[in-house]
Amino acid sequence: MDILYKILIDPFVQMGAAPDLLVQTVWEGLVSGVLYALIALGFVLIFKASGVFNFAQGIMVVFAGLTLVGLHEMGLPAPIALLVTLGVMFFIAVAVERVVLRPLVNQPDIILFMATFGITYLLIGFGELIFGGNPKRMITEELYLPSGAIEWKAFGGFVQFQKIDVAAAVIAALMIAVLAFFFQKTRIGRALRAVADSHKAALSVGISLNQIWVIVWFTAGIVALVTGIMWGARSDVSFALQVIALKALPVLILGGFTSVPGAIVGGLIIGIGEKIGEFYWGPLVGGGIESWLAYFIALGFLLFRPQGLFGEKIIERI
Amino acid sequence: MDIRKLALGTALAVFTGVSTASVVPAQAQDQIYVPLLTYRTGSFAGSGIPIADGMSDYLRMLNERDGGIGGVKLLIEECETGYDTKKGVECYESTKGKGAVIYNPYSTGITLQLIPKASADKIPVLSMAYGLSAAAVGNTFPWIFNPPVTYWDGASVFIRHVADKEGGLDKLRGKKIGLIHLDAPFGKEPIAILDNLSKQYGFELKLYPIAAADMQNQGSVWLNIRRDRPDWIYNQGWGAMNPTAVKEAAKNNFPMEKLVGVWWAGGDDDARAGGDQAKGYKALNFHASGANFPVIQDIQKHVVDKGLSKAPKDKVGENLYNRGVYNSMLIAEAIRNAQKITGKKVVNGEDVRRGLEALDITDARLKEMGMTGFAAPVKLSCEDHSGHNKVFVGQWDGQKWVQGSDWIEPMKDRVRPLLEQAAKDYSTANSWPARTEACQKGS
Repeated sequence: MDILYKILIDPFVQMGAAPDLLVQTVWEGLVSGVLYALIALGFVLIFKASGVFNFAQGIMVVFAGLTLVGLHEMGLPAPIALLVTLGVMFFIAVAVERVVLRPLVNQPDIILFMATFGITYLLIGFGELIFGGNPKRMITEELYLPSGAIEWKAFGGFVQFQKIDVAAAVIAALMIAVLAFFFQKTRIGRALRAVADSHKAALSVGISLNQIWVIVWFTAGIVALVTGIMWGARSDVSFALQVIALKALPVLILGGFTSVPGAIVGGLIIGIGEKIGEFYWGPLVGGGIESWLAYFIALGFLLFRPQGLFGEKIIERI
Repeated sequence: MDIRKLALGTALAVFTGVSTASVVPAQAQDQIYVPLLTYRTGSFAGSGIPIADGMSDYLRMLNERDGGIGGVKLLIEECETGYDTKKGVECYESTKGKGAVIYNPYSTGITLQLIPKASADKIPVLSMAYGLSAAAVGNTFPWIFNPPVTYWDGASVFIRHVADKEGGLDKLRGKKIGLIHLDAPFGKEPIAILDNLSKQYGFELKLYPIAAADMQNQGSVWLNIRRDRPDWIYNQGWGAMNPTAVKEAAKNNFPMEKLVGVWWAGGDDDARAGGDQAKGYKALNFHASGANFPVIQDIQKHVVDKGLSKAPKDKVGENLYNRGVYNSMLIAEAIRNAQKITGKKVVNGEDVRRGLEALDITDARLKEMGMTGFAAPVKLSCEDHSGHNKVFVGQWDGQKWVQGSDWIEPMKDRVRPLLEQAAKDYSTANSWPARTEACQKGS
């Protein structure tokens, strides 16, 4: 009975007893969720355009962040370093299209997937060669990002909002809005959706696959840069960050590999779910459940919606 | 066959051959081969790089300044492990045949894998202040050494420090002490002793494991800490976990002077990450930081200034760099002892094991090495492979690490019996053979 009480009743008693901690936990989950959503968005964009699960998305986050900080360390002012980093991400997009995607066109998806492993290790090696393996401090102030915290006295306690987290949420929301507009309302966006539906049909109406791939990889690069800045500001920019990108996997399982809204909603569910789970139920098993709880939540959802929350239900007629 | 493919294949084969040849050191008979298992890449590189630099630079300095040890040059070769146990074992297997005289795994996970191999291959493992704490029992683990102190000693020093600040060991009753730790063998090492001490002194121990994947995502853990309100926290962290923990502590208004890291959580970059708010953060230590020691100045003169070091000049003398220097000093002293004991110039693993057991670094010897004030004397013996030496609490002053306490004696009377028992348990669980190696006279 005691164990049942601890699982089914006590967490909710705790939530009622300290609502400030509940709000704080939800906020922490929300911020993590937004950042997971950003990483997942990078995966979704590339998967939609080329059917490739881009394993390199995590290292792209690290590489973008390191490039920005590294260029600043070399003496470039932060805004210039930011622009040059965007240039580097564009160069990577072009290189990936020319050297990896174009020669492998029409190859089985698994070949393309394995090629993204290659890109991952290439970027790790290249990044370590140029910037070294040391963690670097994100140039938060130089990028005019806020620091410090806002403390809200409420519920007999306090809730703390880190200004950088608020900025991360706002920037991520803006970015998602811009991307949604770009893909829904612009010619390129429509072309991308056409490519996502059918490569052959898109080619037949004169859409350049190569151009679309460059655009999509560049967009994923921009998303990676924003994610790198935000995660980097919360801790440091280091190669350990690429592991966090794996947190996007349950988000994708949950939201579907082809859905932008799915990435966002999935990110938020996973982010908030894992924080609530770790905080209220984690101590029952000695803590440290966050790393697998996300997959548990995602697999739970799959029982009811195998295609993910927003994924397309595929019916193949045979 | 396609000519292009043939040419490409030939070029690849030639390149592979050339590159393999270039990484294999030309080992001469009049050299002593010291492989260094290091990690300059991966998630733990932030901690691994300064240590690797310090280790390499000290040994290189001996080559440059003294022509090696006892007139024999050291052949130093780094093998990149990425703090990955599998890669670490590969490094061991690929270098042991080259005449390695000692191994420094620099990972508790790798150390655990090498424990059975060391006795079979007759090459000692020096897991300096890390690895299996029970390896301090020399009668059970004749090939493993963990001076100057074990994790269990460290945790007991932390408890002594807390007691000192709280007004005595009796004041610990009813206190809440948290352990945030990497959820890996290294991170779990102090749990056993802290658990034991919690029963002895009546404090409550709260554990906060952090998975390697969440090293930079510690939000939930610190929310738990905010809820539990521990009076003190001990941080058994490594790599990217440490700067994040310091940042999170600052963010959650946890008093910095009550957050104490193990010696591996005391990197300059670990503390620097917390900005001004990290001032007051503490970490245990067993050597000084800074460059104002003759030994560090010799490294600067003979290695750094000659462009032989991989370390940026401003990092020489930082805490983890000096950790590497200290580690290599132990290696060098063991080799020197081995030469003295055997009368041989080119010693092997078995000789160095004897040299380690006879290690007796006195104040006078520290002075000769330009290390007065850098470290405390260390003495090992046949039975005691750790020494259970004194440790002090370092404190971050906002710019650098300074000594924040006197040298504190570990609770040897509590720790040693537990280590003996743990060694016995290990022997039973692993059908461990009884020691056959004779004890060095006087050790």
